[in-house]
Amino acid sequence: MIIEDGFWNTVKKKYSIYLVLIGLFIICSMANPNFLSVNNLTNICRQLSVTTILAFGATMLIISGMLDLSAGSVLALSGVFAVTAFQSTGSLLVAIFIGILTGVICNVINAVMISTFKAPPFIATLAMLAMARGVALLFTKGQNILQLGDFVVLGQGSIGIIPIPIIFLIGIAILTWYILNHTRFGRSLYAVGGNEEASIASGINVHKVKYTAFIINGIFVGLAGVLFMSRVNAGLPNGAINYEFTALTAAIIGGTSFSGGVGTAGGTLAGAFIVGFLDNIMNLSNVDSYMQQIIRGAIIALAVIYDIQAKNRRSNKILGSIEDRTVDKK
Amino acid sequence: MIIKHKAIYSFVFARNFFWGKEMEENIKLRISQIEKSFPGVKALDKVDFTVKKGSVHVLCGENGAGKSTLMKIINGIYQPDSGQIYIDEKPVQINNPMQARKLGISMIFQEMNYVPEMTVEENIFLGNLPVNRFGKVNWKEVRRRTKELLQVENLSYSPTTLLKDLTVSDIQMLEIIKAISYMSDIIIMDEPTSAITLREVDKLFAKIRELKARGVSIIYISHKLDEIFQIADEITVFRDGKVVESHPIEELDMEKVITLMVGRKLTNTYPKEQIECGEDLLQVENLNSTNVYHNINFHLRKGEILGFAGLMGAGRTEVMRSLFGLDPIVSGMIKIKGKKVTIKNVRQSIDNGMIMLSEDRRRYGIIPMRSVRENVTLSSLGKVFYGFRLHKKVEEDIVSDLLKRMNVKTPSMETPIASLSGGNQQKVVLAKWVTRDADILILDEPTRGIDVGAKFEIYKLITNLVKEGRAVIMVSSELPELIGMCDRIYVMAKGTITGELDREDFSQELIMKYATGILNTKIVK
Repeated sequence: MIIEDGFWNTVKKKYSIYLVLIGLFIICSMANPNFLSVNNLTNICRQLSVTTILAFGATMLIISGMLDLSAGSVLALSGVFAVTAFQSTGSLLVAIFIGILTGVICNVINAVMISTFKAPPFIATLAMLAMARGVALLFTKGQNILQLGDFVVLGQGSIGIIPIPIIFLIGIAILTWYILNHTRFGRSLYAVGGNEEASIASGINVHKVKYTAFIINGIFVGLAGVLFMSRVNAGLPNGAINYEFTALTAAIIGGTSFSGGVGTAGGTLAGAFIVGFLDNIMNLSNVDSYMQQIIRGAIIALAVIYDIQAKNRRSNKILGSIEDRTVDKK
Repeated sequence: MIIKHKAIYSFVFARNFFWGKEMEENIKLRISQIEKSFPGVKALDKVDFTVKKGSVHVLCGENGAGKSTLMKIINGIYQPDSGQIYIDEKPVQINNPMQARKLGISMIFQEMNYVPEMTVEENIFLGNLPVNRFGKVNWKEVRRRTKELLQVENLSYSPTTLLKDLTVSDIQMLEIIKAISYMSDIIIMDEPTSAITLREVDKLFAKIRELKARGVSIIYISHKLDEIFQIADEITVFRDGKVVESHPIEELDMEKVITLMVGRKLTNTYPKEQIECGEDLLQVENLNSTNVYHNINFHLRKGEILGFAGLMGAGRTEVMRSLFGLDPIVSGMIKIKGKKVTIKNVRQSIDNGMIMLSEDRRRYGIIPMRSVRENVTLSSLGKVFYGFRLHKKVEEDIVSDLLKRMNVKTPSMETPIASLSGGNQQKVVLAKWVTRDADILILDEPTRGIDVGAKFEIYKLITNLVKEGRAVIMVSSELPELIGMCDRIYVMAKGTITGELDREDFSQELIMKYATGILNTKIVK
């Protein structure tokens, strides 16, 4: 005798994050008339585009049991190199390529430390955070590179009414979703993060998975660097400080679990928008910026606690309960 | 007044007369009308159950019959939906394991959770460290008592050995020692002998008898009927969350118990078919590790089920792990289908057609939070991911076919595998390897902790696999299973092979002689 989960229970479990997103959207719309304007909404999207691209890389890494604290620094380094490349060659394509290449190289170094030398990801990427920032500052001699000319079209331009950064964002969101759900690599990410030893014993090439995850992360971070510098119209070696934390926040609120093996692209996107809406409504309501920081921190805490409680409730219900009883063997 | 007293005395006498038997025999634990449901499942249905002082009460039943759930309720891990528990005939509330321990209840689990970086002494005194007034731990005392316990139990490792350096059997032994050291009145043992070998089982039973004499009540969950009949005073059979019947041991025999458990008579326990064995699929020559095993020489033929018997510490698992590429080989040669192969990692082994089912399912077998479906296809991703995409229908077909063939009980293939019972998890892990289509299957304790019905299904599966022309190596500590299923058995002792037996020469005694090293026909001069 099996009692199937009710309709609403299933909806709650799988889609709770989206319900929160929609709920928040409604609340914000009612709280402030300026929220719903096209201008405001496009601004929200523009502002979260860079960190959300980072968040997708973070999501893949966290699912596989790792993380990247260096994202902000590597972003800055990639951006600075890209800007310099643009200034010397005049080619946007070369600039993007250099930016991505930088991101990839830094992340391959991360992978070497973490996968080959078994350094804990926290420590290794913390080291890269410092090193990348140092290289950026050294390279620019601490100076900002100004007046980029056509370079800004990437960050400030639009195709029709849709800003270009958002097009990149949507592209990367779809790519991440596809990778996680439709590729062998994506499936392996979940396995490695869920139980690395069992993955090895099942024949998964864990080194390859980890390197690939970092390389993809590197591509995303490099691209984010190009977009960021383009938006601010400057090569800022000190830019994007703490961006990795915003990225992590979006991933965590979106349901990516630090214990590994759990997370989705859609969830991360929803998490990013939840943070984006909250930031925006606080700005529109003239909340003090320090207060905003406190609130943001509190939200991360609540999101994590909720996630863990939800997991415990789920596992208490099913622990050992499904013992030789079937509905059908499908 | 005299009349009133007489009335009272008569009443008490009458009450004692009707309930006297039970009251006289000192019930330690009484479970009354316990019910427990989980979403979609009624795990316990009006269960009544009593355990006497100083007795061993065995619980039998298929996986999922409700035994573990009831034990978890007694241990305070779950709360019953309704019903009452009485200890010494006093109603109690057991809200958590700490409370259970204070009430004198201790439990040893089937699936052991342990912290690999912890030391033996830390584990034994977990939650029970001797502290002074200010909370400072008296490590000297811990060290001293641990050493004592290890000595008394004749165990060779030291108090500072890390748990990750111990085998599954060692850790289980430690759990038993721990429970004993808590001086509990009620000790619950959930499949305690599933990971220990014959020698240890004898020691365990001796200990149980000792505890019985002291008045301790032991609730013992096990599938091993031969063991049960050695140790039980009473047997209760569970089926589908209900108590089927409870009897003192004298009123039962093995067949009757099996019938009660499954509701059907099992005639042939081992589906053994005589299959013509072909040429050698695997040849292992002079395999040596640094210090765990040496001089390993054996061969495996097509269509053969090859057994590896031995006591704890003999090195069987270590040999298999090296063959599979999990651990490095120091020297030796491996030939698969006549061709020499190098196996430096798991992928190389799998690519050569050889797979292994680990004895530690939780650590090496399953990805707990992922679905049954993902676990089944984990080692055969190439079959469902190709052409740059996931072929969902192909995967669902492969998985549903296997789940059906192996009779895996799960609400759906999307269920997280951690929710399944141990036996069904094992079937899923086996399904994973069956999907891989390997020629050589190394199975390390494939039926550990699994009920009679599921065991039979796994034996049938093994028979079918070798009928298809594959070969199976079965490492097991259950002699009846080895004797029932294998064509040949190698026996290992102290890191080397001491004997090789053909099916017509199988005998428990002979195998034990090789396993203890008394006999050794493989001595290299």
